[in-house]
Amino acid sequence: MGLKALDYETLNENVKKVQYAVRGELYLRASELQKEGKKIIFTNVGNPHALGQKPLTFPRQVVALCQAPFLLDDPNVGLLFPADAIARAKHYLSLTSGGLGAYSDSRGIPGVRKEVAEFIERRDGYPSDPELIFLTDGASKGVMQILNCIIRGEGDGILVPVPQYPLYSATISLLGGSLVPYYLEETANWGLDVNNLRESVAQARFKGITVRAMVIINPGNPTGQCLSEANLREIINFCYQENLVLLGDEVYQQNIYQDERPFISARKVLMDMGPPISKEVQLVSFHTVSKGYWGECGQRGGYFEMTNLPPQTVDEIYKIASIALSPNVPAQIFMGLMVNPLKPGDISYEQFVRESQGILESLRRRARIMTDGFNSCKNVVCNFTEGAMYSFPQIRLPPKAMEAAKQAGKVPDVFYCLKLLEATGISTVPGSGFGQKEGVFHLRTTILPAEEDMPAIMSSFKKFNDEFMDQYEDNWNHSRM
Amino acid sequence: MRRFVIGSARSLIERSRQNYQSQRPLISSSYRLLSSTPAADSPSSSSSTMAPPVALNTINPKVIECEYAVRGEIVTLAQKLQEEIKTKPDAHPFEEILYCNIGNPQSLGQHPITFFREVLALCDHPTILDKSETQGLFSADSIERAWKILDQIPGRATGAYSHSQGIKGLRDTIAAGIEARDGFPADPNDIFLTDGASPAVHMMMQLLIRSEKDGILCPIPQYPLYSASIALHGGTLVPYYLDEATGWGLEVSELKKQLETSRSKGITVRALVVINPGNPTGQVLAEENQKAIVEFCKQEGLVLLADEVYQENVYVPEKKFHSFKKVSRSMGYGEKDLSLVSFQSVSKGYYGECGKRGGYMEVTGFGADVREQIYKVASVNLCSNISGQILASLVMSPPKVGDESYESYSAERDGILSSLARRAKTLEDAFNNLEGVTCNKAEGAMYLFPRIDLPEKAIKAAEAEKKAPDAYYCQRLLTATGIVVVPGSGFGQVPGTWHFRCTILPQEEKIPAIVTRLTDFHKSFMDEFRG
Repeated sequence: MGLKALDYETLNENVKKVQYAVRGELYLRASELQKEGKKIIFTNVGNPHALGQKPLTFPRQVVALCQAPFLLDDPNVGLLFPADAIARAKHYLSLTSGGLGAYSDSRGIPGVRKEVAEFIERRDGYPSDPELIFLTDGASKGVMQILNCIIRGEGDGILVPVPQYPLYSATISLLGGSLVPYYLEETANWGLDVNNLRESVAQARFKGITVRAMVIINPGNPTGQCLSEANLREIINFCYQENLVLLGDEVYQQNIYQDERPFISARKVLMDMGPPISKEVQLVSFHTVSKGYWGECGQRGGYFEMTNLPPQTVDEIYKIASIALSPNVPAQIFMGLMVNPLKPGDISYEQFVRESQGILESLRRRARIMTDGFNSCKNVVCNFTEGAMYSFPQIRLPPKAMEAAKQAGKVPDVFYCLKLLEATGISTVPGSGFGQKEGVFHLRTTILPAEEDMPAIMSSFKKFNDEFMDQYEDNWNHSRM
Repeated sequence: MRRFVIGSARSLIERSRQNYQSQRPLISSSYRLLSSTPAADSPSSSSSTMAPPVALNTINPKVIECEYAVRGEIVTLAQKLQEEIKTKPDAHPFEEILYCNIGNPQSLGQHPITFFREVLALCDHPTILDKSETQGLFSADSIERAWKILDQIPGRATGAYSHSQGIKGLRDTIAAGIEARDGFPADPNDIFLTDGASPAVHMMMQLLIRSEKDGILCPIPQYPLYSASIALHGGTLVPYYLDEATGWGLEVSELKKQLETSRSKGITVRALVVINPGNPTGQVLAEENQKAIVEFCKQEGLVLLADEVYQENVYVPEKKFHSFKKVSRSMGYGEKDLSLVSFQSVSKGYYGECGKRGGYMEVTGFGADVREQIYKVASVNLCSNISGQILASLVMSPPKVGDESYESYSAERDGILSSLARRAKTLEDAFNNLEGVTCNKAEGAMYLFPRIDLPEKAIKAAEAEKKAPDAYYCQRLLTATGIVVVPGSGFGQVPGTWHFRCTILPQEEKIPAIVTRLTDFHKSFMDEFRG
C-alpha cells in the first residue's frame, strides 16, 4: 500500500517547520524528570496560577454564579456570595443569549464588547467602536486569525522582533509566510532602533519579499522592555511610510515594574499623531485575561481591536470568526470583568484592590530580585525586567562549554539549560527558542515563582552557574556581544 | 503535441512575467511603496494612493474564497429585522425572530444539565468547597466530583494553562468513558482536548493538506465547517453524494467512484469525512454500512475523520450509534490497520453546551512521529479552556445509577431527548404535508433537511434577484414569518435540487405556531408561483 495518508513523509511541510520552544525539548525533558519524582520548578511559560498565584476572588464568584444560575434563585445564595457578585452575574447573564451554554455572536457578546470599548476609551482618551472589537479564545487565536488574513504565501513577510515570543514564528511557518527579523538592542535595554528596522525591510525586499506587517510586543516578551512614546511614534511613522499594518501585542500592559515608561497603547499614540496618519495607518491591538495581575491563562480569553481596516476586510475577518462559531462564553465574562472593574464603594472593592495590588507589588519586587540575582552570577548579564513576566539573562558561555555542547549534539544554550534543569530542577526556555544574535546565548525564565521561594531559586541557580563556569572556563575567551 | 508544448511554454513564460512584476528589488524606503499592492483592477490602486496592506484585494485569497452559510447572509438579514422589531414592533408581520439556523439549543430555552453546572461552578470557585453553607446549595455528589477533578489539576489551579493535550486525569476519565461506551480500550494519550470539535477538525486539515492537489472526501450535503476548513488550508474538497432517495444513504460504490474520478484528475485523496449521525441530513449509519466504510479506508490508505458530535442524539428505536472506533476494533482492526480520528463535542447531545467550547479528538493508528507533530501544533495554542475540558470529562462520565444526582440527571436527560424526538417527528410531518416538499426522517442530530420542488416561476424570480432559488425561498420565509433557516446551497446538494436546513430546537410549545406560520407561508408562496 506504500505510504499511508498520514505518515510523517506526507505531512504538510509547513507543520514540520513549526517550532515552539516554550513547550519544546526542555519542557518535555522537565516533564519526564517530574514523572521520575524530581522536583521541578516550571519557569518555562507565563502561567502564574501554576506557581501559586491565587485567582482574584470576585471574578471567580461572578463566573461561578453564571455557571449555576439556579443558585441565584436560592434564598441562601447570599451566605456564599456577596451582593455585588450576584448583581454582576445577573448583569452578564442578561447580556448573553441563553446563558453560558449558548454560542454567542461570533465576534463575542455585544454587551461585553461595549465594555471593552469603554475601557479602551477610558485608558486612551479616544472613542473606540465595539463593532471593531472581536473577542477570541485567547489572544493567540486572534493573532493567528489576523496573520491568516495577511499572509498569502512565502512572498509575504512579517516583521517580528528578535527576540520574540515564538507564537509569531510558529504561526508564520504554519501559514507559509516569511519571518523578517528586526533585532532589539541588548546593550540599549532591548531598545528598538528604527535603523535596524529599515535595514531588515531593505534586506527582505532585496530577496523579493513583500513586507506586509510589523509586530511589536509591548511590554516585550521575552525581553520585558516598555516602549517609550517617542519610540511608538517612530514605529507608527515607519509603518506609515512603508505601508505596513501594525500588530500591537499588548497583553502585558498591566505588568509594568518601573515608573519612567508607563504603558501607552499604540492606538493612543496613533490617534495623538492626528490625520493623515491617524486615519491611514492600519493597526490591530491584542489583549488577554491570561497576564496582568489576573493570570487567568486557563480561561482562554482575549480580544483584538481593529483600527483603519476597510469594512469589507472586517467582514471577511468576521466570516472566518463565524466558522469557529463563537469564543467561549465564560472567558468573555472574565474579559468583561477585567475591563469593567469594581469601583470604590462596591462591597468587594477593597478586597479586589488588596488582591490586585498585592500581586503587582510582588511581581515588581520579584523582577528586581531576579535581575539582581542573575547579575550577581559569573558570566551572566541581565537587563532589568521593565515589564511583562520574564527575565532573559545573557549567559556568556566559555568556548569549552560550547565545544561540549557540540559534542552532545546540542545548541549551546539548550546544553546549558538542560544541565541547569538536571542540577536544580529549574525548567527554563533556551534563548534560541526566541531568537538572538549569532553567537550570543540567553535563557528565558519567568518571575513567577512565589516570592518566598525566590532567594532559594536564585542561589540554586548561582551555585549551578558558577560551578558550570568554573568547569568550562578558558582564559577570558567567552561568548559575548 | 507541438501546439500543446507551445501553449504550455507560453503559459510558463506568462507566469514568470507575472512573478517578476509582483516582486520589486531594493527600493528607497522614503517612498510609499507600490510593492504591497498586486497588479489588480480595484478602485484603490487606480488612484495615486496605494492599497493598504489589509484591504480586500491584498488579503489572503483563501479567506475570501471560504464560505460558512450557517451564520451567513440570511442571519445578517434576520438580525437586521430583529433590530427593526425592537424599535418598531409593528414593522413586520411577526413578533419575534425564530432562529432555526444553528444548532444552539440553550439559546432557544433548553436548560443545561444541573449536575454538570454544579461541578463547573465549584471548580470555578473552589474556595467555597471549604464552607459549610455549600452543602446546602450543592448536591453531595457534585461536591465530591469537584474535589476529584480538582485533585487531578496541579495545584488545583483551574486558571493555569494545562498540558497541551488537556489535563491528564480528565483524559483518563474520557478514555474510561470511551471504553465503557464501546467495549474496547482507549488510551488517554490518544486524546487531544480542544476548544470545541471544530479546532480539532482544523488541526487535522492543517496536517493533511499540503497543496490543492490534496483532496478530502466530504459528504454532500455536509456541515460547511469542512468545506470552509479545506478552502482555508488550500486543499480540494472531493464530494461524495448521499442518496436522498434511500434516506441519505452512504454507498461505498459512490465513494469508490468519486475517489477514482479525483485520482484521475491528479488529486491525492488523503481522508474521508463521515458525519454520523449526519448533519444536515440526520441519518444514523447502519453497522454494516460502517464496516464497509472502514474496509474502504483501510484498503485505500485514507484517514477516516469521524465526526461523531451527535452521538447522543438518536431518535429512532431501530438505529443505534456505533462509534467507528468500536466498529473497526470489532472487525479486528487495530493501530496498524486504520488511521482514525474521532471527534466529540460538549455542544450537542442532551447537554447542548455550545458556549463552553469543549470537545476532543481521539487519534488512533498514527506513528509516533506524526503524533509528535500533532502535539506540537496543539502546543502553539498552549491548551484549550479548562472549564471546557472539565465539561468534556463530565459528558463522557455522567452520574451513574446509585449516585445522588442520578435520578434528577436522568430525568433532565430523558426529558430533553424525548422532546427532541417528538419535535423531530412533528416538524418532519409538517414538512411532508407541504406541497412539493419531501422530508427524510431525522433519525438523529438536530436538523431537518426538506427538499422543495420550486416552480419555474419561483426560480425565475430568484434569478431576477440574483439569488440562488433556495436562498430566495428562505429569504421570503424569513420576511413573512420571522423563521430563520439555512438554504441548502450552504451545505451542498445535487445540482438542480433545492433544500433548506431547519433545526428541531425551538421549545416544544412554540412548535405548533411555527408549523402554522410555515404552512401558511408555503401555501401563499406556491399560490404566487405555481405554474
